[in-house]
Amino acid sequence: MKKILFSTLLVGLLAGCAGQDVKDQPKAAVEDRTAQGADAKPAGQKSVTANPLTDPSNILSKRSVYYDFDKSDVKAEYKPMVEAHSKYLTGTKGAKIAVQGNCDERGSREYNVALGNRRADSVRKMMNVLGASDSQIEVVSFGEEKPRAACHDESCWKENRRSDIVYQGE
Amino acid sequence: MIFRKLLVGAAWLLLAPWAHAALTIEIVGSGANQIPISVVPFAGENVLPQGITAVIAADLQRSGLFKIVDPAGVKPEPHELAEVNYPDWRTRGADALAIGSVLQRPDGKLEVRFRLLDAVKQVQLDAYSYVIDRTLVRATAHKIADLIYEKLTGDVGVFSTRIAYIVKSGTRYELQVADADGYGAQTVLASSEPIISPSWSPDGTRLAYVSFERKKPIIYVQSLVSGQRQTLAQFKGNNSAPAWSPDGKQLAIVLTKDGSSQIYLINADGSGVKRLSYSSGIDTEPSFSPDGTSIIFTSDRGGSPQIYRMSASGSGAQRLTFEGSYNVSPHFSPDGKSFTFIQRVNGSSFNVALQDLASGQMQVLTDTRMDESPSFAPNGKMLLYATEMGGRGILAAVSSDGRVKQRLSTQAGDVREPEWGPLLLK
Repeated sequence: MKKILFSTLLVGLLAGCAGQDVKDQPKAAVEDRTAQGADAKPAGQKSVTANPLTDPSNILSKRSVYYDFDKSDVKAEYKPMVEAHSKYLTGTKGAKIAVQGNCDERGSREYNVALGNRRADSVRKMMNVLGASDSQIEVVSFGEEKPRAACHDESCWKENRRSDIVYQGE
Repeated sequence: MIFRKLLVGAAWLLLAPWAHAALTIEIVGSGANQIPISVVPFAGENVLPQGITAVIAADLQRSGLFKIVDPAGVKPEPHELAEVNYPDWRTRGADALAIGSVLQRPDGKLEVRFRLLDAVKQVQLDAYSYVIDRTLVRATAHKIADLIYEKLTGDVGVFSTRIAYIVKSGTRYELQVADADGYGAQTVLASSEPIISPSWSPDGTRLAYVSFERKKPIIYVQSLVSGQRQTLAQFKGNNSAPAWSPDGKQLAIVLTKDGSSQIYLINADGSGVKRLSYSSGIDTEPSFSPDGTSIIFTSDRGGSPQIYRMSASGSGAQRLTFEGSYNVSPHFSPDGKSFTFIQRVNGSSFNVALQDLASGQMQVLTDTRMDESPSFAPNGKMLLYATEMGGRGILAAVSSDGRVKQRLSTQAGDVREPEWGPLLLK
């Protein structure tokens, strides 16, 4: 119960910030309030109509960084998105994310775990520079193990060379 | 705490159910000099569902080093030394002959007698007798095949060993262990999340592996005897690429807790983690030398992934591979004189390669296209690896001279991440 209140007061917007045990309860406080919008927000909290993390019109709903073959640098086109998440983390100290690195299927599985890590870590480093704390970010890698696209050519491989930003509880 | 609970809920797990799935082996190619041998059906073996001599002959044939001479037609079929008429076998071209018998004892056990004969010199090379439980018929057949192999080739036989690998069927991942001939597959772990990098403990009783069941790579060690497992490493970030030290007391592992993927040493009970490698790049896929004094590994510190060697304390790293821009997944040979690895050839093909440590000489052994994770049989004569055929993951084996090739496939699913287990203690 304590945990539920804590999460609610923190933001009230962080969908699924509380654990599954909370989610499973009917009318879990956090989720309901988020869904219902400003009316249900505790007094004094900034009025928002939708969860910025899932609102399609908000840049925070964008979560994926794509990479060139064998590369791990964050391309310029993804910088505004990474910056937005970094800002969100800086302004929401209770928020935590995992940056999940992924690779295409070519080459060694273990080397791809390491390469996926480097990709995700490049996102973390950029967020660090922008002020987000390491304690809010865990960099992990799925290597080539969890491809989003299943075919065996570049059209799928480019989808799979990717880092995903996932908020705790999502 | 909450975070962890959430993640655990997402995966389902089964520990050590005894599921069966057969691997089928197909042999392609053969050795340069095949020893012609005839394995005469043992007296009384027809009461055994799978027989004995069929298993022995299949083992020998699979090695690529033997030519099985059909014994049919020789009358009477010899089972005892006195019944052997050597000229019968010489005219058929057999240089060696295996004969024997199976007796059912009053106590329910079986007595298996076996003799190996040199048909050219007309002498007995070996003779053994085993009293066994009925469940050990196949194991005894493998043991006899090992004896024949050793006697006639001078090398240790590996027919009694086991292999570990991962099968992916749909969204189900299974870590399985099977006999070296693919028979008797048993599921050690089943999960809805990926499992990679199984690694045999040197005594063959435990497997270390990496599971993604908690939404990130975590290393576990599981007993094949009890089925129980323990978490070996779950530090912040990734925990992967476990490799046992030859004494079984420690493992080299790869962690990202301090930033990039680096090699660490950890005790087999999960205590005493210590960093070994210090590079600004990726260091991964460690493999201990058989004497435990050095570790080979993949590193891209020089700009592209290459194989390096350092001392087991982490000092004096030196680059070993210079040909090609992508060399990964090294594994030491059992004699410590060479190592196998995967080389990207012509930009798009990934092949099993072998390099001699002293001379630096390198040889590509395979002509398949998507090879991964090669490991040696404990006698160093064959290498087991994963590849692809018809869009499916299969296991394959190649002799260390590249001549003998085998394919192992299941009826369904992708098979991958094989590692050949150690010799059983005799």
